[in-house]
Amino acid sequence: MKILTLNFLTCARKACKPQATSFPLHPADSTLEIQESDLNIIFLQNILPRLDWPALISITTELGLPGLQAEPPEAEDLVVKEGGAKAEGEGMEVTEKSEESEKEASQLGKDLHRLLIETTIQEGKLMCACCGHEYAIKEGIANFLLPSHLV
Amino acid sequence: MLPTPSTSHVCFDNVYEPAEDSYLLLDTLSNAHEVAFLTKRFDKNTPPPIVLEVGTGSGVVLAFVTAQSENIFGRRDVITLGTDINSFACRATAKTVETASKENASTSGIFSDTIIGDLTSPLRNNSVDVLIFNPPYVPTEELPDTSNQEHYNKLSSSTSTSTDAFERDSHLLALSYAGGHDGMETTNRLIDNLPSILRNKSGVAYILLCAQNKPDEVKTRIHAWGNGWTAEKVGDSGKKGGWEKLQILRIWQNLETG
Ligand SMILES: C[S@@+](CC[C@H](N)C(=O)[O-])C[C@H]1O[C@@H](n2cnc3c(N)ncnc32)[C@H](O)[C@@H]1O
Ligand SMILES: [Zn+2]
Repeated sequence: MKILTLNFLTCARKACKPQATSFPLHPADSTLEIQESDLNIIFLQNILPRLDWPALISITTELGLPGLQAEPPEAEDLVVKEGGAKAEGEGMEVTEKSEESEKEASQLGKDLHRLLIETTIQEGKLMCACCGHEYAIKEGIANFLLPSHLV
Repeated sequence: MLPTPSTSHVCFDNVYEPAEDSYLLLDTLSNAHEVAFLTKRFDKNTPPPIVLEVGTGSGVVLAFVTAQSENIFGRRDVITLGTDINSFACRATAKTVETASKENASTSGIFSDTIIGDLTSPLRNNSVDVLIFNPPYVPTEELPDTSNQEHYNKLSSSTSTSTDAFERDSHLLALSYAGGHDGMETTNRLIDNLPSILRNKSGVAYILLCAQNKPDEVKTRIHAWGNGWTAEKVGDSGKKGGWEKLQILRIWQNLETG
């Protein structure tokens, strides 16, 4: 299971959903595995407003991963800044960047890709801080089925 | 025609095999009308849409939407997630989606994960932009009993006897088609929860129904929610004989004036 996915999950119990403490779920006893994949820079830049940054900070801390900066990055922090060299001389003309042109990821962009997409929890559990229920992760897949008395 | 994802690695003894209903979803989601609707509603300048398929089975639908993200949404930052109550289906889906996504790298969105769970229950409220559901829709006496679901989900082929495996597989396959009263018991639970799970104002659901599900009653019920809630048929299987005439409803809040 990707760390990105934790941004969308909450406790499956009806009673927990409205409670702020049911998000994020807290990983424990995790076996992590890196699964390399291509970096999609447009995705990384666009997902920023949809990420709950404080939740991501707590998840990385609980997983013992390198700390994140306190404030969420801006989209332009994820790409290598274009050097001033090109602008030399030629007046003030700004060339429209083609939308499809591949921007190069900065170190921060690469780190975020590694964290959200490439870092996976293969085995472990996710705990709800609201009710204490633990959801198991096995072979990379989380199990959110509840025993009937908890539904 | 966009390519249909391969499910040749899936064992269909306990996972729903792609059929006419699955293909109707593929055709509908990629037809010009829906592509125009989705590209407009989830314009490139909005944050990436989150697509959730409930009951992924083999993963053929989720794999298609993921791999063809550019062709359906006009963007490659779409995030896809799946749930299924059947653990074998979840494992099959992960492989189907990952393979299709790699094979279509230039048009593929981002596959997040599949999760074993009941309907949308693992997801946060107000978080799903596009929900897709090809439900168990066949009218049956009753729904399969899921109180032993964990047991069936865990029963691995290697450690179980052939009678155990047979019982497990019949149960899991029953879950893929048996819809209880009017074939709507599971679908109704999902529909009732749509206003909570879909993103406020922008969320859209695509749900497949058969004639026995009384689609007109479903539409009336959704319109009665008010606040612009609309349900409209956006695809059907045509006038082929037999009772299993299929259609796809698009359910969304239509807030455009005029
Ligand atoms: C008709 S099959 C569709 C499979 C696949 N999406 C397709 O179109 O080929 C219905 C699927 O829903 C799953 N399902 C049934 N009840 C469910 C529930 N309560 N929560 C999640 N999935 C469920 C079944 O396991 C099955 O995979
Ligand atoms: Zn809880």
